[in-house]
Amino acid sequence: MKNPYLPLPMKLVKNFTETEDKLIHTFTLQFLSEEDEKSFPYMPGQFAELCVFGKGEAPFGMASSPTEPGFLKFSIAKVGVVSTALHMMEEGNMVGVRGPLGNYYPVDELKGKNVVIIGGGFAFTTLRSLATYMLQPEHRGDYGDITVIYGARNPGLLLYKEELAAWEQNPNINLVTTIDSAVDGWNGRVGFIPSVTEEVAPSSENTYAIVCGPPVMIKFTMPVLEKLGFPDERIIMSLENRMKCGIGMCGRCNVGGKYVCKDGPVFTKAQLNELPGEY
Amino acid sequence: MIISKKDIPGFLDKLISEYQVFAPVQEGSFTLFKPISSGTNADLTAANTKLPAKEIFFPQSEKLFSYNATEEGVKVEEVLDEQKKVIFGVRPCDARSLVLLDNVFDNDKFQDPYYLTKRANTIMIGIGCNTPLSTCFCTSVNGSPFDTKGLDLLLVDIGDAYVVEVVSDKGKSLAEQAGLAAATDADKAAAAKIKETATITCQVNTDGLKEKLDTNFYWPIWDRIHEKCLGCGACTYLCPTCHCFDIVDDAKDCNGCRVRNWDSCAFPIFTLHGSGHNPRTSNKERYRQRIMHKFKYFVDNFNEIACVGCGRCINNCPVNLDIRAVLEDVRGSEARLDS
Ligand SMILES: Cc1cc2nc3c(=O)[nH]c(=O)nc-3n(C[C@H](O)[C@H](O)[C@H](O)COP(=O)(O)OP(=O)(O)OC[C@H]3O[C@@H](n4cnc5c(N)ncnc54)[C@H](O)[C@@H]3O)c2cc1C
Ligand code: SF4
Ligand code: SF4
Ligand code: FES
Repeated sequence: MKNPYLPLPMKLVKNFTETEDKLIHTFTLQFLSEEDEKSFPYMPGQFAELCVFGKGEAPFGMASSPTEPGFLKFSIAKVGVVSTALHMMEEGNMVGVRGPLGNYYPVDELKGKNVVIIGGGFAFTTLRSLATYMLQPEHRGDYGDITVIYGARNPGLLLYKEELAAWEQNPNINLVTTIDSAVDGWNGRVGFIPSVTEEVAPSSENTYAIVCGPPVMIKFTMPVLEKLGFPDERIIMSLENRMKCGIGMCGRCNVGGKYVCKDGPVFTKAQLNELPGEY
Repeated sequence: MIISKKDIPGFLDKLISEYQVFAPVQEGSFTLFKPISSGTNADLTAANTKLPAKEIFFPQSEKLFSYNATEEGVKVEEVLDEQKKVIFGVRPCDARSLVLLDNVFDNDKFQDPYYLTKRANTIMIGIGCNTPLSTCFCTSVNGSPFDTKGLDLLLVDIGDAYVVEVVSDKGKSLAEQAGLAAATDADKAAAAKIKETATITCQVNTDGLKEKLDTNFYWPIWDRIHEKCLGCGACTYLCPTCHCFDIVDDAKDCNGCRVRNWDSCAFPIFTLHGSGHNPRTSNKERYRQRIMHKFKYFVDNFNEIACVGCGRCINNCPVNLDIRAVLEDVRGSEARLDS
């Protein structure tokens, strides 16, 4: 019987301050052996329980893509015990990783379809994983147009700035970034994600929308997608209920009869319509 | 088979030499399942123990593994309890609760080795309930005072002796090893008579309850039904089918262990997100969750009600919020309040 509670030790090789407010760091963790890496086969949208020994564990989505071998990346906001301890860790320190957990974005179902990825704030992590996965040369041909709409309050809060700059130049992806209000030196759009989506989203025909962000953004983006003609079966979301075990046992992450950790975190809007709104 | 009551201590003593034996014992004003070192310690007169037998398989606090983490690496040592156990004197409702919990700890994707190892290594010897309490309602939730689900042997109290019913192969070989005598026809008849006459006086009508819960999530019933509840969590901690837990570290420097502790859906921080958002903001949502989980979600997922009718939550709620009345109320709920 495989023990799902045991963490895999990993080495922190980079603790990078991602945003100007310094509240989000991106952590690069290295597997200690090839065997360890094989024991962690993951897909975009999955998450892991990351632990700081002595402090505890908390769930975080993988920001890296399985197409990037050798390491895992997590972008983590400093909000409590585990995240703060992680922020203070030094390169070379050991952490524990338990997973991969949860389901993933339906990369097979998306084949032959256009995909519009809509992300707000620091919820962009697993969306970055998905975009990176689809952009991989051996996968890119499987998908139609890929559009990414990504917004933050101000430019300093956007994650993965270097990568965004590269995507700007990449003909295989159509990137639209937006900030809430104008600042000097910003060449992207200004405006909230729902209205930008309304302006720039591709036709809903043969297209899936994948949406992650804070509750208000989700709330106002949904009617826009509906107006654009996206059926609920082709709107995909990822939930972030509080979790502990990640394996459907500790009882805290349920929405109706579904456990977000085990049956999610990725759901279609059609699936969520069947459940009570407790998320 | 049959065993005379005066032979019970000797029977238990023999088991103690081979197994870790748990039986109800008196501790202050409580009866609790404890490992016993002598057969005379078992107290078989009490009805239900204060805490359910669940505690043996899923303790209130349980060490999962210990670790030593340094710059060079991390040594993790799993802590698994593989000791062979016998639970003696468990009531049918508690035994059945474990069958329900098996669904959770051995789910469609993951197995919990701590719980499942203990389950696999344990023999369950139950005692039927000749005189159920006034708060017992097992027959309303698919149980009965002589139910054998989850048991290996069932004892039926016929006065001076227990008639022993073999339920499983494990139970059979234990009874044979103990050299129990065969029951006479008269003993068997006495046991059958007892089973017939033991009555559960308390019935909770659950007809249509599930159908109601399928539709009434947003109905006004939930605005009022939780009002008395203090959110103390006593009902969840004492319930044999509740399984919520938290996982924490207990550490000093680089040495420590990871521990899981019982938790409760009655507490506000149980579902509090890191962002400060909480999907269950008040007692209303939390109390609704308790009822929905037991009588709808568990049924949707596993086809069983997650309540065995033990009555512990009724006997121990500080404000007498009685689940039987709550269920009746829910069953009669309407989409709109009559004005
Ligand atoms: C599937 C999934 C993926 C996620 N991915 C990411 C990600 O990629 N990046 C990311 O940053 N986050 C992510 N999260 C959110 C992340 O899991 C939480 O922010 C994380 O649990 C915080 O852990 P912590 O130990 O730092 O915070 P905690 O110490 O648990 O604190 C969290 C909050 O609860 C409050 N709190 C805790 N204990 C108490 C108490 N006893 N009393 C009162 N208040 C209390 C704290 O004040 C704080 O606001 C994800 C969550 C899920 C479920
Ligand atoms: S024991 Fe009673 S007061 Fe306490 S949480 Fe349960 S129902 Fe509420
Ligand atoms: S809900 Fe109450 S009566 Fe039902 S099993 Fe739990 S404690 Fe017993
Ligand atoms: S996190 Fe424990 S049940 Fe989902």
